[in-house]
Amino acid sequence: MLKNRLIPSVIVNNGNVVQSKQFKHTNVVSNAITAVDFFNSWAVDEIIVLDVSRHTDYRDNFHRIIEGLSKRCFIPLTVGGWIKNLDEIKRFLADGADKICINTQAIINPEFIKESSNMFGSQCIIVSIDVKKNLNDKYEVFIDRGRKNTGLDPLEWAVKVQDYGAGEILLTSIDRDGTKLGYDLELIRMISEKISIPVIAFGGVGKWQDLVDGITIGKADAVSAANIFHYTEHSTFNAKEYMVKAGLNVRMPKFYKLPTPRKPKYNEIF
Amino acid sequence: MIVIIDYGMGNIRSIYNAFTLLEKEVVISDNPKIISDSEAIILPGVGAFSDGMNNLRKKGLVNILNEEVIDKKKPYLGICLGLEFLAERSYEGGTHQGLGWIKGEIIKIESKNSSIKVPHIGWDDTKIVKNDVLFNEIEEPIYYYLHSYYLKLDPRENNILTSICNYGGVEIISSIHKNNIFATQFHPEKSQETGLKLLKNFLETIS
Repeated sequence: MLKNRLIPSVIVNNGNVVQSKQFKHTNVVSNAITAVDFFNSWAVDEIIVLDVSRHTDYRDNFHRIIEGLSKRCFIPLTVGGWIKNLDEIKRFLADGADKICINTQAIINPEFIKESSNMFGSQCIIVSIDVKKNLNDKYEVFIDRGRKNTGLDPLEWAVKVQDYGAGEILLTSIDRDGTKLGYDLELIRMISEKISIPVIAFGGVGKWQDLVDGITIGKADAVSAANIFHYTEHSTFNAKEYMVKAGLNVRMPKFYKLPTPRKPKYNEIF
Repeated sequence: MIVIIDYGMGNIRSIYNAFTLLEKEVVISDNPKIISDSEAIILPGVGAFSDGMNNLRKKGLVNILNEEVIDKKKPYLGICLGLEFLAERSYEGGTHQGLGWIKGEIIKIESKNSSIKVPHIGWDDTKIVKNDVLFNEIEEPIYYYLHSYYLKLDPRENNILTSICNYGGVEIISSIHKNNIFATQFHPEKSQETGLKLLKNFLETIS
């Protein structure tokens, strides 16, 4: 039976892994290679790496990070952040990404979803949807890493994204991001139940039970988190163990002893 | 040296990385001489069937593949699209001709049980239906799938079936083995140690 997936997201700002709180980035946590090495040897099911840097100076550096990561990552690797055209997708796939996450450009030009899923296959294209509640308690889709309100209704947008050929949706609550209050289950359920492509829930996990709720109450197909996995040893292993005990259908936690290639020196990557 | 066929589709780098980790000399190429000199051919791929076949044709690779794999019996491992190409035809976005090395067709995943999501994405239990060298010493075959279409095998070819996956009542063919031809619908290069072990088993068949 198809397993529910646990997917750590790694937020990279100017070449460093950072924590995110309501889309503000603080606390440099580590470098991305170290983060992924940990995740890769524990029982996670996929990894998402998002570049949130606003300086374009760091873009080549981010490509080198992905290239370095892919040599050590033997689970699916999704890459996203500021991707605007097919050439950039090609370059990330050549770096070793398996799937591509697009967001702002999908809103600016929805045809981009069609073009990219036609060229690389639906299964390669994840559309990320960032959602915030307005003062009237109505959900709205934001782009530009939370800076610009599109006024779009997330469900209507999700349906369009699906019709345009996206393979998955990464659904993030900006309000919950970094708050440890748990997922916005109402939002996640609203989208997951109406959509026939898989939905990945993201934003707000503060305890392992939140992951379970995302699947059982939110009806998400996969659950993602970021900050909670930092600073704690064996964190993803413990999360997985908790999900198993809660009766979820997931891959069993296990420590993998993968013969990883020689660890690149810091200055080789950066 | 083994060769990964470069025809402009999919996550070729991930497969290269996996074989490199297994310390096998591996080259990504569309060069007939290199393909001819190789010990084995890997045909990966994600994406649309028709684009993939068109790219193979445009690069003159269909003839080379026929020569190397069918005439010279060179070991072949197809992954995902590399399995689907083996069929006679695919109904993905029209009707498109495949390599026709096995009798069967590629059709869309559809279930009477409407709750299943397509694409079929994620880790899924894989049932080994026939002992096969690819699954040597693999106790828990859980593999990563990423596809919307699957192989419907002609019953006359049932003996080449090695594993299946039940996705919401749809019986997906996970792997086949016919003479020198191996192919998997799932992605061993992305299935952590269980997948790397399978790739290692494939390498052992050629050494």
